[in-house]
Amino acid sequence: MDRDARGETTEVDTFLDSTLESVDRAEELVVEAAKKVGIEEDDALSLGMAVRECAVNAVVHGNRYNLNKKVHLTIGRTTAQLVIRIADEGEGFELDELPDPLAEENLLRHSGRGIFIIRAFTDEFAVRRISPSGTEVTLMKNVAS
Amino acid sequence: MSIKLTSRQVGDVTVVDAAGRITLGEGSSALRDMLRDMVAKGQKKILLNLSEVSYIDSSGIGELVSGFTTVTNQGGALKLLGLTKRVKDLLQITKLYTVFDVHDDEASAVRSFA
Repeated sequence: MDRDARGETTEVDTFLDSTLESVDRAEELVVEAAKKVGIEEDDALSLGMAVRECAVNAVVHGNRYNLNKKVHLTIGRTTAQLVIRIADEGEGFELDELPDPLAEENLLRHSGRGIFIIRAFTDEFAVRRISPSGTEVTLMKNVAS
Repeated sequence: MSIKLTSRQVGDVTVVDAAGRITLGEGSSALRDMLRDMVAKGQKKILLNLSEVSYIDSSGIGELVSGFTTVTNQGGALKLLGLTKRVKDLLQITKLYTVFDVHDDEASAVRSFA
């Protein structure tokens, strides 16, 4: 398989509808890919949870269930990491503006834990705006060498 | 599999046995509806048995928290029973493990409502 300029091979590259079924599908694809590269079952399921939260953000908050908008999922790997990118076509969000879900005053809030869970179950996490509109979230999980 | 919820009465405590996944969509809304229905009926001692729940996402956690605050605000108590390791880990990293009264044994959990 070819490697791109980042030294990354692409295992999965797919566009998903903005539905909750796509959230399940994204989770399944990532858990499957994680196990395939030797990530232990427990860590693979945790990574799947992080992807689930990310996909929910893309479908619900980004694309707002708009079936004209897609969620772009890619799963790649380098020698050291599994690299998952999830992009939506929404208006984007500012990481710095998200409230801390662990703060005393936020503990009993109904929502706002998704990004925290993503960070907890990945080794690296990055967010960037994409053109013409949308957000791409990159999750990286270390692979045992 | 989404979630299956059944309730039974043990003395004056309503035990809700949950099985499956509590995630955004059917799972979390089913739990929300059931807890709201119980509060509306005046059931204020609720023990949520999560021993057969393999998975909860942030939406499911949100429903647990909302259920907890709704029942508490009505003068009742919502307690948790039988957390799997994955669910326990999730409640710990979100600092909610100490917010909920969590039990491993049903009999002692029921007694704790007295």
